[in-house]
Amino acid sequence: MTAVTDKPRATRASAAGSSGKGCPVQVPAPFDYARATSVADALELLERHGPESHVIAGGHSLLPMMKLRLARPEWLIDINDVAELGHLTEEADVLRVGALTRHAALLDSDVVGRLFPIVHDAEKVIADPVVRNRGTIGGSLGQADPAEDLTTVCDVLRAQVVIVGPAGERVVDIGDFHRGPYETACEQNELITEVRFPIRARSSSAYEKVERRVGDWAVAAAGAAILLAEDGTFADVAIGLTALGLEGLATEAAAVLVGERPSEELLAEAGRLAAVASSPVEDQRGPVDYKRHLADELTRRVLRRSLERVGATAGALQGG
Amino acid sequence: MQVTMTVNGTEVTRDVEPRLLLVHFLRETLGLTGTHWGCDTSNCGTCVVLVDGEPVKSCTQLAAMTAGHEVRTVEGMAAGGTLDPVQQGFMEEHGLQCGFCTPGMMLTARALLDRNPDPDEGEIREAISGQICRCTGYATIVRSIQWAAAHPAAETTDQEVRA
Amino acid sequence: MTTVQERSPMPQEREPNPAMTAADRPIGYGRVQRKEDPRFIRGKGRYLDDIVLPGMLHGAVLRSPMAHARLVSIDTTEALAHPKVHAVITGKDLEGLNLAWAPTLSADTMAVLATDKVRFQGQEVAFVVAEDRYSARDALELIDVEYEQLPVVIDARRALEPGTAVIRDDKDGQTDNHIFDWEAGDKAETEAVFARADVVVSEDVVYPRVHPAPMETCGAIADYDPIDGKLTLYETTQAPHAHRTLYAMVAGIPEHKIRVIAGDIGGGFGNKVGIYPGYICAVVGSIVTGKPVKWVEDRSENLMSTSFARDYLMRGEIAATKDGKILAVRTHVLADHGAFNATAQPTKYPAGFFSIFTGSYDLEAAYCSVTGVYTNKAPGGVAYACSFRVTEAVYLVERMVDVLAQRLEMDPAELRLKNFIRPEQFPYKNKTGWEYDSGDYEPALRMCMEQIGYADLRQEQAEKRARGELMGIGVSFFTETVGAGPRKHFDIVGLGMADGAEVRVHPTGKAVVRLSVQTQGQGHETTFAQIVAEELGIPPEDIEVVHGDTDQTPFGLGTYGSRSTPVSGGAVALAARKVRDKAKAIAAAMLETRPEDLEWEKGRFFVKGDPSAAKTISEIALGAHGTVALPEGVDGNLDAEVTYDPPNLTFPFGAYICVVDIDAGTGKVKVRRFVAVDDCGTRINPMIVEGQIHGGLADGVGMALMEFIGFDEQGNCLGGSFMDYLIPTALEVPDWELGATVTPSPHHPIGAKGIGESATVGSPPAVVNAVVDALAPFGVTHMDMPCTPARVWAAMQGRATPPI
Repeated sequence: MTAVTDKPRATRASAAGSSGKGCPVQVPAPFDYARATSVADALELLERHGPESHVIAGGHSLLPMMKLRLARPEWLIDINDVAELGHLTEEADVLRVGALTRHAALLDSDVVGRLFPIVHDAEKVIADPVVRNRGTIGGSLGQADPAEDLTTVCDVLRAQVVIVGPAGERVVDIGDFHRGPYETACEQNELITEVRFPIRARSSSAYEKVERRVGDWAVAAAGAAILLAEDGTFADVAIGLTALGLEGLATEAAAVLVGERPSEELLAEAGRLAAVASSPVEDQRGPVDYKRHLADELTRRVLRRSLERVGATAGALQGG
Repeated sequence: MQVTMTVNGTEVTRDVEPRLLLVHFLRETLGLTGTHWGCDTSNCGTCVVLVDGEPVKSCTQLAAMTAGHEVRTVEGMAAGGTLDPVQQGFMEEHGLQCGFCTPGMMLTARALLDRNPDPDEGEIREAISGQICRCTGYATIVRSIQWAAAHPAAETTDQEVRA
Repeated sequence: MTTVQERSPMPQEREPNPAMTAADRPIGYGRVQRKEDPRFIRGKGRYLDDIVLPGMLHGAVLRSPMAHARLVSIDTTEALAHPKVHAVITGKDLEGLNLAWAPTLSADTMAVLATDKVRFQGQEVAFVVAEDRYSARDALELIDVEYEQLPVVIDARRALEPGTAVIRDDKDGQTDNHIFDWEAGDKAETEAVFARADVVVSEDVVYPRVHPAPMETCGAIADYDPIDGKLTLYETTQAPHAHRTLYAMVAGIPEHKIRVIAGDIGGGFGNKVGIYPGYICAVVGSIVTGKPVKWVEDRSENLMSTSFARDYLMRGEIAATKDGKILAVRTHVLADHGAFNATAQPTKYPAGFFSIFTGSYDLEAAYCSVTGVYTNKAPGGVAYACSFRVTEAVYLVERMVDVLAQRLEMDPAELRLKNFIRPEQFPYKNKTGWEYDSGDYEPALRMCMEQIGYADLRQEQAEKRARGELMGIGVSFFTETVGAGPRKHFDIVGLGMADGAEVRVHPTGKAVVRLSVQTQGQGHETTFAQIVAEELGIPPEDIEVVHGDTDQTPFGLGTYGSRSTPVSGGAVALAARKVRDKAKAIAAAMLETRPEDLEWEKGRFFVKGDPSAAKTISEIALGAHGTVALPEGVDGNLDAEVTYDPPNLTFPFGAYICVVDIDAGTGKVKVRRFVAVDDCGTRINPMIVEGQIHGGLADGVGMALMEFIGFDEQGNCLGGSFMDYLIPTALEVPDWELGATVTPSPHHPIGAKGIGESATVGSPPAVVNAVVDALAPFGVTHMDMPCTPARVWAAMQGRATPPI
């Protein structure tokens, strides 16, 4: 578990900007630009232009940082033309999502909504509709902002990330992909190419975020994915928190549910444990106690909604 | 570097710095000042243009990245002297005051109506929720877009509107 | 009084094609489309940053990262060596020109570029002039500034404590952070009333710092011609004439050699009243380089350095009888003016028109005292559609009346109805010296209650409360004082607040009207054409409205404080009437009759009893400019100019009710409904009036729920971008429901009172009162804005805290 530190906050933020020399500059420093035509081409360009080259896709994380001169790549490798990264393929046990898939495309996809309603829950509250036309799933995961929503979604869906580099392709569990705020397993000379979501029967999921205003980063959010056994007990549960200082899953909160029949008391206990697992920091979005409360409240809500979606009735909940 | 793209139906080629933002390419390189700039941080949406028919914040896209694509700005909305119904709707329903957010709002509205010719109020509000208007309180913008939806072939010519 | 009640019609309820033909377009007042829209909807507006002059260079400002620091050294060598840089200007350079400091609009001084210290984060330190926008910003990084950090003063409550760092040690004799003390009302009388009251309630009420944040930031293009010594200055300004005069005073350029041009302005809301250091730097840059220099703020610069609004820490007290008769209101205010006292307001009113905090109620006594202090924050204070601090006044009294209602367990609407100034009391002199011109308050509040279904909502609320759901209903009733103003009382830096206007009817009967005021989206080109149309019967489309160019328009103080219609509207109407009087004399000559035998109907004079013997205004215009033998003393034209000195301010009012739902688990507030009944007197163009109200209501929701410029302990601005300065989107505001009553101003030529700021003033208390009402089951009596989820949740836990 890693607490959110001041550094990443500064990395996304805003006001006093650039090099401590004054206010934000708001135009990027000069760089060179190359457009990749394929994954192989992108890798070759990254290799050729060295450690100060950076991949750009939607650009909605990178360009704002470049305008503040908090990021100063010497080369930008544009992968927007790499058609092989834009797929969305349903297979028997996995949904394969190309890294260049835009947020808007995920939100538009009936397949995604049917299999993983949590993705639609999250996508509806990621930035705004215009930004969602450009931002990509790979970009969001790669940025690894602690307040980024898809990270939690991928955590609870136990997604895998496909990374391609000079040494070839590797498939990384989402838990291993994250190395902390703004750090991932994807090295500078590598490329995220795909996110894989395992498809499971009798499962559902949900996400809820509290934001100060539409389009804002999360004050806090929670996501849950559940798998019910034939007898209606929880067979598997994953709970994740966004902007609450928890890396990875709230395992203890999930553990109290597994093997049990759903009940409000159990959900309350899971919420309580999620709050215990959280480690929020105070900022403009709220104080620690409020955020901890949200960890509890939102965890209960997303578990309840997941149960409703999987078909467990409200009656069953009350009866428990 | 040299970039070539189609802007309002015309292919343009210019030499630009790789770092040039699309908003500045349109405004300064091409002189299409109907696209505005308001915030730097992709929050305000006054810079929205259509790229391949989709609303995009042109302050958060490089001109270089747009090469090879089709851009539509407010200057390209009225076709052959006929106002787009969205433009007509904004006049009818007082959907603008200072006019600064208006081009972006109208282009998003155009893209919405192209996808969904009969949006409800909630869908309209959602579609424009990435764009800030400081003057209208949004209600008249919503009504302007509803007007355009109700008059898909408003046949007002430039001449009539000027009259 | 007439009443109008409507939910603004949705398009489907209208005629299928309401595009009006010339025949049914109103000549005069009424709903007409705006004359400015055709250019805006084509992207053909001409805003400042759209202007490109030949050879134009670009400026950028280096700003202080620190809130309070001594300036040790500035090294510009590297920046000057940048191949595209033409000049780098520092405070030292400006000292040589006697321009390092400039007078503010409040008889203080402000640094143009810092020389001794920086006093707020974002303060201007150096100005780079380069060949293009990007290079100018690149060069900012090449300037090396050494600062020596000083203790910061951020909490206004501590600004006057002994031992606190003195921010304005540049001022002779300034030994603390005190700016002014000011009071209004009768202190002793108020104390006496409080002493005998059954009930006294009090609360600390904070109106936090917010920002007007128009979508277009501020900027200027200075074009100095060294040969004829003429400075042409394109500016985002709400007050072109006042700026020209001030530049003449500051820069020593003779006033006739300065031309200020304001093109289309992308919103102002008070942000574009003052003169900012960047403008002066652009002028200096142009003089130094001999080329036009453009400077346009980034959004962060706009939010961090230009005119903020509010920042009033108020202690409110109300005295009442136990059956709910309000007797007196008392308040002390600590006013945080930032590092320089640069508020833009009439000279005699250092706290603006805050003394209208007596609201809409008939009181026995009232007293307020205001103390202004310096802090290490950006200067400003009067902006954001505040009507010179009426916003703070209305918020205080409307919040306090609700506190009283809660204490007395009375319905807040009933409490207001019980205490209103009655219609027969107008003109009403309040206890702090204002003379309210006209009003009829009860029908407005009754209409608002009716329209929203007040009784049913209270019933719904009771049922929801029983289920543990949080729903709130907030009432507010405001009276504004706007339209400054009579020149014997109101001036800004010595310039009286009267406005000039000029009307000319051309030989073919078309007209031009020239205004001193400056639209920022309010639709002056339409409204003022309609005023002339109403007076002369010339269709609005035949009337050109010229404004925003000091070389082409008469002098006047500009558009802010809701003053355009009350002041310039009066000027235009009177100028048109002068034209009409002249037309009458000429018509009489043309009809070979006496003027007193003529009768006017819109657009023509006819002989009494013989309507066919008539001359239209066009015919008269041609006659005036033609060969008609003119009566003695009448010139051969149909022109008139007026400078209108209003006899009093105007007092628009309104009743607002807001319904909110709060998610008890997260503290998230949703504004479900908002009904606004406004009375701004005569409505010239109801469509424009409603648009002004809509915008202000969104402002109110924004301030009540999310807008906030905060600072950390080091003085870092925490609202310095649109990522953190949150403005409502279409999803945070409801579909506004409007109603209207019409109580004309008795002293105004056309009875109009002004509407530009009413809703911004009146709506925040409605929203906050609704939030507090929803939270009443938790024992909450007050919470300060912004009502963010976290702050609402804290209030539910009994820990409501001020935001600053």
